[in-house]
Order: sequence, then C-alpha cells, then structure tokens
Amino acid sequence: MLAKRIIPCLDIKDGRTVKGTNFVELRDAGDPVELAIRYSQEGADELVFLDITATVDKRKTLSDLVRKIATHINIPFTVGGGINTVDDVSVLLENGADKISVNTSAVKRPELISELAKNFGSQCVVVAVDIKLFDGIWKVVTHGGRTPTPLLATEWVKQCRDLGAGEILLTSMENDGTKAGFAVDITAKISQSVNIPVIASGGAGSMEHFREVFTRGYADAALAASIFHFKEIEIKDLKEYLQKENIVVRL
Amino acid sequence: MKTVIIKYNAGNIQSVLFALERIGAQAVVTDDKESILSADKIIFPGVGEASTAMGYLKERNLDQVIQSATQPLLGICLGMQLLCNHSEENDTPCLGLFDVEVKKFTSDTLKIPQIGWNNIHVKDNPLFKGVADNSYCYFVHSYYAELSNSSIATSNYEIDFSCALARDNFYGVQFHPEKSAETGEQILKNFLAL
Repeated sequence: MLAKRIIPCLDIKDGRTVKGTNFVELRDAGDPVELAIRYSQEGADELVFLDITATVDKRKTLSDLVRKIATHINIPFTVGGGINTVDDVSVLLENGADKISVNTSAVKRPELISELAKNFGSQCVVVAVDIKLFDGIWKVVTHGGRTPTPLLATEWVKQCRDLGAGEILLTSMENDGTKAGFAVDITAKISQSVNIPVIASGGAGSMEHFREVFTRGYADAALAASIFHFKEIEIKDLKEYLQKENIVVRL
Repeated sequence: MKTVIIKYNAGNIQSVLFALERIGAQAVVTDDKESILSADKIIFPGVGEASTAMGYLKERNLDQVIQSATQPLLGICLGMQLLCNHSEENDTPCLGLFDVEVKKFTSDTLKIPQIGWNNIHVKDNPLFKGVADNSYCYFVHSYYAELSNSSIATSNYEIDFSCALARDNFYGVQFHPEKSAETGEQILKNFLAL
C-alpha cells in the first residue's frame, strides 16, 4: 500500500537552515547538507528545501547547494523559493532536484504552472499554497505570508490542479510555528476536493498531530521543520507510533 | 565495466548519475549509437510523456538502438513503459520488447499520479537479490504496466500492476531505484552485477 509520507522541511537563508514562528523571528538550525544526510538516514520519505531569501544574485549559491545535497541523499527532494521561469527550474533539475515548488510567482502568473508542467511533467511541479483565515474564510497569502490576496483557498487549489500541478503543499499561516497541530479541517476539505496529493504543513507539535492530519485531515504527506531540526520528535519514533495507530508508513 | 545512460528528452538523468556515483559506479550519458551498443550495461531512464519521448527516440534512430541491444538494459519509469508494446498515454506505439500494455490509472477515490513509497512483491530474480519482499520503493506515475508473464515484481494501487519486468536482457522498473534509499541502491548494484 502507498505509505503516508513524512517530510522534513529545511528553510534555507544564506546557505543555513533557519526556522521561525509564523514566518518571522528566524533562528539558526544548522548546516542544510548535514541535516539532509541525517534525515535521509533516519527514514524521512522526502525532503523539501525552501530558499526563503532567494534573490537573483543568490541563485548560484542555491544551485551549488542543491548539487551538494543531491550527491549525498538517496530519497527525493523538492526545492522552492524564488522560482519564476522555466529556466530557473532547468538549473535546479540539472543540479539534481527532483521536484520544484512555486508559490508567490504562481499566484502572480498562474500560467507558470502550466509552462512548468508542460516542460518537466506534472510530477515535478509542487504548488505551495499558503493560507490564512480572514473573517472565517481561508484565503491565499503570498510573500511568505505577508501579502493577502482575494483568492479563496479551495478555488485556487482547483485552479492549480487544472493548470497541471502534481502536488499541493498546503501551509496554514494560522498554525505555522505554533506546535498546536495542523489545520485539519481545511486540509481535509482541500484533499478531498482535488485528486492530486496534498502535503499538510504548519503546526506540527506532537506525534498525535500527525495521526490527526492523516486520518481526519486526509493528508497524503505531512511536513514539519523545527520539531525535527531540534530533535523534539525523532522520525523513527514518529513512524513507529503511526504504524501502531494503523497508518501505513515506510519503516 | 562501461555503463551508459541513454540521453534523450526525458528523465532526471542527473539523479541516476548521482545514485550510480554513490554506489561507486561511473556512467556516461550519451545518445551515440556506437557508444551505447558497445557498453556493458545500458540504463534507459525517463520521466515525461510517452509520445514525445518516442518521437524523439525515433528521430535519432535510438528506438532501433534499444531494440538491437543484447547487453543488460534497464528501463526506469517512463523508460520501462516505453519498452512495452503500447501506451494509452496519447495512444503511443512503443518499442515492443515486453508484450505488455501500459494503461492509465482510473479511480474516483485515489490520487493520481501515485506519488510516494509503495511496497513491492518480488519474484526470484537476480535484479532483486538481497531485496526483501514488501520492500518500499519510490513511485511517481499515472500510467502502469499490466500484469504479464514478464512481471518480476508487482505492486498494488487499488489494482495489482507490474512494477518490474524482465525478458532476456531487457529489464524495467516502474519505481525510481535512484530515489528508493537502500533498496534502490541494492537493485542498481544487482543490475550492474548482471
């Protein structure tokens, strides 16, 4: 049976792994290559790297880092941050990335999703969707959560799928960094409304939170950062717990 | 030993190269006929769309090169599907090395593509030496090869399908051994040892 995936996320700033709360107050969490090796050895199913300060002059640093990671790890990995064009993606794939993720650039210009799907296949295109509650309605936000948009989360996700997205990485800004649990209800709604995999992100604080987002939230994968970086939860312990709870995981 | 990876317009070739490096093997990426046919092992990777990939192979006569190979050849993902008779993906006639039809997953309940780790049921074949039954491998695909006499491993995604095929010198795997952790590395080592 297809297993539920556990995905550590490494937010990269100036070549280091960082982690903040609600996308601010960054603190250092170590060398990304060392962390990547550790996670692949500890049983992570996939890795996600988000270059949160990606600017044009720093792209070269990112592609070098991608190459270093690719030579060392034997599980799939996704790279995101500052991707605006087909050429941006070519460089990352040539350096060994398996998938890429787009966020703000796709909201600004949705055709980017179809251009990427056409050139590299849908399996390569993860659309990261950051969402926030406005008067009880989940809407899409961009620029690392700083800029609101009028897009309804449920509608934007369907549009992404129609344009050729292969997966959705859904992050709730309300939950991110809080360790109070994933946004289970909206994850369930979105996962059941599209027939492409949904990766739940934001809010993981305990092993029970993962169980909840897989069972009640219908997530196909769950992503977390700080609880893994700071060893609050070990991936192996998490997977053993999930298996006991009758959730299919790769052990 | 000379290992070549067939260069064409599909596939994340870099991942395969890095995986080979990790197990201590060198490979050359090429679309040169002589170079391919003089190799000891041929790897035919692939991620992409079937008809575009077949068109590209035909334009460069790489279809005939693959069909005339006598050394061990391993198709990966789309590479394996192209070794079959025909794919439903844009109704594409393929290379016909496995008498197998490639079909699209259709389901109201499943996510398509299948993305992630699924377990494989392996038969006794040198490609799976040292690989335990039910080992997990990493899959990304919307199309699958039907069960056949050539199946050497099967997997299940609502239905059973062939996740590895073998006939004579031709081998194919639907999953990505280059991204399937230690299990994948063992399978690549086994292929190079054929």
